Amino acid sequence: MTRRMALLLGLMITLAPAARAHLESGGAGSLLSGLLHPVTGLDHVVAMVAVGLWGAVLAAPAIWLLPVAFPMVMALGGLIGLLGLPLPGVEVGIAISGMVLGLLVALERRVPLGVALALVGVFALFHGYAHGRELPDGANALLFSLAFVAATGLLHLVGILLGELRRWPVGRRLVQLIGAAITISGVWFLLQI
Amino acid sequence: MSPLFAHLMETGFGGFYDGIAHLLITPADLLLVLGLSLLSGQQGQAGGRMLLLVLPLSWWLGGCLGQVLALGDSLETISILWFTAIGCLVALQWRMQPRWLAVLSALSGLLFGLGNGSTMALEGPLSLDLLGVVSALSVLAALVSAQTSVSHREWVRISLRVVGSWIAAAGLLTLGLQFRG
Repeated sequence: MTRRMALLLGLMITLAPAARAHLESGGAGSLLSGLLHPVTGLDHVVAMVAVGLWGAVLAAPAIWLLPVAFPMVMALGGLIGLLGLPLPGVEVGIAISGMVLGLLVALERRVPLGVALALVGVFALFHGYAHGRELPDGANALLFSLAFVAATGLLHLVGILLGELRRWPVGRRLVQLIGAAITISGVWFLLQI
Repeated sequence: MSPLFAHLMETGFGGFYDGIAHLLITPADLLLVLGLSLLSGQQGQAGGRMLLLVLPLSWWLGGCLGQVLALGDSLETISILWFTAIGCLVALQWRMQPRWLAVLSALSGLLFGLGNGSTMALEGPLSLDLLGVVSALSVLAALVSAQTSVSHREWVRISLRVVGSWIAAAGLLTLGLQFRG
C-alpha cells in the first residue's frame, strides 16, 4: 500500500509540470499570463499604485480620469514597443515615474488636471513601451491584452482604495508614508540602471 | 481572435446554442457588442432602442453575406481596429447624433456579421447558429445599453468610461502583437 502511494505521489510530482505547461498554451493560459505580467515587475507595480494614490490626492475628477487615460496611453506605448520603434530612456523614465509620483503623493501636491494627465501620460508611455518589448507570443493575443490591461487597471484601483485612507488623519499620514516609500523605491530602481 | 475562436463552437445542444456560445467565447465579438452597447447607452434611452433594432439586423445581414463572400480571416485586423475605435469613443464619452450612431451600429453589425458568416460553418440565412449569435447579442446589447442609459451616478459613468479605455487599450496591444507576428 505504501509503495503504491509512493508510486502515485511520484507520478503526480512528475506529471505536474506537464499539466502546468499545458495551462500556459491555451486561451486560459493567455488570460493568466496577461493577468500576471503587470505584477511581475516591482517598478511597474509601485508606479501603477502611485497613479491611483495620486488620483486620490487630486480628488475628483482626476481620481477617475487618470485611470481612464493611463491604459490607453500605456497601450499606445505598448504598440510602439511591439512594432520595434525606438523610445530612448525607457528604464530611466520608469524609475523616475516612481520617484515623481511617489513624491507628489508624499507631498500631497495638487496640479491642474491637464498637467496631471500629461505627466501620467508620459509615464504611461514609458511603462507601456517596456511592457510592449517584453510581451510574450501568447496563444491568444486579445485575451492576453485584455487581462494585461485589466490587471493594470486593478493596480490603479488598489492605489485609489489605499487613497481612501486619507479620510482619517492617521490614514492621511500613512498614504504620505506610502508615497515616500514609493519615491525611495524609484531612487533605488534608478541606481540599479 | 485566433482560428480557435473564429470557428463555430459545438455545445452538443444544437445550432442555436452553438451560436450563443460562439458569441460568448469570441472576445472580439463580445468586446464590440459591449463597447457599442455602452456607447449607445451613453447617448440615452433612444440610443439603446436604436441599437437594439439596427445591430441584430445588420449582423444577420452581414452573416448571410459572409456565407456568400467567404472572406475567411481577412477581416481580423479591421475588426480589432473597429472595436478599438469604439472603445475610444466610450472612453471619451463621445456625444453623437442618433443617425451617426445608427450608421456606426449598422456598419459594426455588417462587419462582424461578415466575419461570422465567413468563418463559421453556417447553413443558409435561416441557420440556427446565426440566429443564436444574433439572439445572444440582442440580449447582451439590451441589458448593457439599458443599464448604461439609466445610470446617472458619476462613479458609474466614469467606470463605464474606464471599461471603454480597457477595450481600446486591449485592442491596441492586440494589434501590436499581431503586427509583430
